[in-house]
Amino acid sequence: MSNHSTLSNIQSRRNFIRQAGSALIFATSPIPLMSLKSPQDLTENTEGQQLSVWVKINTDNTVTIANPTNEMGQGSMTALAVLLAEELDADWSKVKLVHSPVDPSIYGSQGWSGYSMMTVGSRTVNSYFDSMRQAGAQVRYVILHNVAKHWSVPVETLMTKPGVVVHPSSNREISYGEVAKFAQTLDRIPQIPKEQLKKPEDFQLIGKVVQRYDIPAKVDGSAQYAMDINLPDMTYGMIARSPVHGSRPTLKNEASIRNMEGVIEIVTLDHGIGVVASSIDLALKAKAALSIQWSAGVTAENHSSQEEYARYIQVANAGDYEYRDIVNEGSIEEAFAEAVKTYASDYKNDYVCHAQMEPLNAVISIPADHSSVELWVGTQSPGRNKSAIAGMLGIDESKVRIHRQYLGGGFGRRAISDWIEEAVHLGKAVDKPVKLIWSREDDIRYGMYRPMSLQRLEAAVDNQGSITGWKHLIMGTGGGLLSSGAEIPFYQIPHQSIRRHDIDHGIRTKHWRAVGHGPNKFAIESFIDEIAADQKKDPLQFRLQLMKGHPRAQQVLRIAAEMADWSTPSVEGRAKGIAFAERSGSLSACVCEISLDERAGIRVHHVWSTLDAGVVVQPDNVIAQMEGGIIMGLSSVLKESITIKNGRVQQSNYHDYPILRIDEIPESIEVEIIPSDAPPTGIGESGIPIVGGAVANAFFRLTGRNLRHMPFTPAKVSQVLEG
Amino acid sequence: MARFSFTVNKEQRSVEASPDTPILWILRENLNLTGTKYACGMAQCGSCTIHMDGNPIRSCVTPISAVEDKELTTIEGLAAEGQHPLQKAWIEKQAPQCGYCQPGQIMQAAALIDKNPSPTREEIVNHMKGNLCRCGAYLRILNAIESVAEKRSENE
Repeated sequence: MSNHSTLSNIQSRRNFIRQAGSALIFATSPIPLMSLKSPQDLTENTEGQQLSVWVKINTDNTVTIANPTNEMGQGSMTALAVLLAEELDADWSKVKLVHSPVDPSIYGSQGWSGYSMMTVGSRTVNSYFDSMRQAGAQVRYVILHNVAKHWSVPVETLMTKPGVVVHPSSNREISYGEVAKFAQTLDRIPQIPKEQLKKPEDFQLIGKVVQRYDIPAKVDGSAQYAMDINLPDMTYGMIARSPVHGSRPTLKNEASIRNMEGVIEIVTLDHGIGVVASSIDLALKAKAALSIQWSAGVTAENHSSQEEYARYIQVANAGDYEYRDIVNEGSIEEAFAEAVKTYASDYKNDYVCHAQMEPLNAVISIPADHSSVELWVGTQSPGRNKSAIAGMLGIDESKVRIHRQYLGGGFGRRAISDWIEEAVHLGKAVDKPVKLIWSREDDIRYGMYRPMSLQRLEAAVDNQGSITGWKHLIMGTGGGLLSSGAEIPFYQIPHQSIRRHDIDHGIRTKHWRAVGHGPNKFAIESFIDEIAADQKKDPLQFRLQLMKGHPRAQQVLRIAAEMADWSTPSVEGRAKGIAFAERSGSLSACVCEISLDERAGIRVHHVWSTLDAGVVVQPDNVIAQMEGGIIMGLSSVLKESITIKNGRVQQSNYHDYPILRIDEIPESIEVEIIPSDAPPTGIGESGIPIVGGAVANAFFRLTGRNLRHMPFTPAKVSQVLEG
Repeated sequence: MARFSFTVNKEQRSVEASPDTPILWILRENLNLTGTKYACGMAQCGSCTIHMDGNPIRSCVTPISAVEDKELTTIEGLAAEGQHPLQKAWIEKQAPQCGYCQPGQIMQAAALIDKNPSPTREEIVNHMKGNLCRCGAYLRILNAIESVAEKRSENE
């Protein structure tokens, strides 16, 4: 039995109610049961009583919890339910999850701009940590009050154990399922004071190994993605999109396309031509037959990515560019004027694509009068999608119903509405439901990329060998996406100038897991090692010195080094490199051990990593997120490159945009979670920013050469070794 | 258009389609077996892997004309109630993240385990390298397959 249900706690809750003229009114609009698995689930609705917007208790002893987050593999759907179930004192084996309706004012968490249901920036667990626990405690409060009334006993004489209310003095027990037969919600449910929530030492679910709710359906084929929705009379839409972003289409063979088997409608969009057909196969055939003339004269035409770097360097050398200050501290000129030694290096990174396994898609149904919309979609941003759709059709948001589905990968790509707006255009044009599918080629060629950039780093060092001045210029297309992770809050450097110079290439760019932290931490961590090497200092000790005053950061780095047996050199032909990063409030570090293979280039054998993310709700899932982030990070560091020639993306599918395969992963990835009582911070992106620097630093220790341009393909490795 | 007959998950099926239609679309659209996924359409990622007469094939590049009279198995028919040892191991190891590639991964792995009940890691990696996972769940996929391989070799 949990200590938090002691009599004194209950007593103080009662006092709270008596005093609480300001008790909160807790909305109890019904939870429409939205299937997480398949439409058949909808018939499995059990009899029960909804006690708040979050929870329904059922007479079969199950408890239905509403899930507000968008599950794309990060596991936070389970984590949020764990938080609620912990304070509800629910029996986890009896918990069922349903997607909550899309209503950010009820189900959103406090974000950067009000309440939001966006699943981005590794912020879900952190931003819902207090509110989900509160929601669970409030429903427990309602249950206790119902039982007290039912048994005519004082509420303070009741306790709970998982799924059961207990009255110790009369030796009576009643399950939540029995309570569901008579329970009624309260008009007002007070805010439960934080000190009455469970103490960490009493947690039965938080921090324990709880299996992810979504996994069983993901191994038997029943997990439902938007791609899997089949509606009666459904049609299939595909779009041929601008080969150069911004160019507009003119269809040259409309009549012959309309005559093709299965073609139902042709829809002209600003950026492409849509075809709606009776099957996906026929839609693909019609799309392939389109003859389109594209308009000329758009910005992107002038952009050839691999030639752009030379121009960036010219601009950086000339120095008379416009810039935005990211950090401007101390007196940078003074630091460089007084330096005993200065350093400078340029780092580059190509565009990378999300390449999530499930191509973008959505199923939409719009009646002929366009007065409402039903949409089935896997999205990171359902609230914004809803507003976008309502805006396009000039209807009230209440007329837009979104059925959220599992996402076959998000990584930032699905946190926008571009493909949903396309679905609206197609859905308006036909009087049947339309499934819009992007082919893999569409997904890669018309992607939204993590921007390419040039990073110029300069440092001033004093006669003690300490870095006193730090300049970082980031140049590229993509605005704010470029500068996330450019700051170095855990390195004590008194004089800093971190700047961004924006150049618009007319290319679509987007958040890509960890955003600018990938490129920026690669550059920063490589540069730190270059300075340490020249100063003849150990990279670990050099960083620990820079981190003085930040014991948590030092600990993360030190433990990673211990795990890797840092002080013992690798065997002949191998070397280790170390790096550190902060992302979404969490601190992470890793050591990578690499070797070189003539044909395959860099081989990463082992990764040892640490993470300090405050209180951890699901430890095993956190390890899975770190493993996955490290592998996806290595993929981007070693292989991935989108190149653009005269505005045209040169890649189209996994054969020419290769991502890491199972024969290319490290033999082992060890992850240690640093125990902490601090509030939870972001996890899903923490594996990404640490690997670029660690691999480049290992390469330097192995070869004495620096890799300064991601990805480190075999061709680039050879070039650096020969140069 | 022509009519093609084959079995899927031990049920006899007959579908009218253009002979070049990939069997992937037939499974997903006509037969509502949506566990088999579309991801690349050119046999680069393995998300669409099914078994044809016990061998793993990429359904996205296999035309319906090639499955006439064949026995197909999809993730839905791999084992009753999703209780194949690999499926249990996948849950035990908490392998999937987004999960989209996982039916293909499991079907690919099942074809290996059927023929070689206790493969080495090298054999597993060689057999699985055509299946992509963007979430990077590879280590857990390996661990899940190895745990089944170990149990089988213990039972021998």
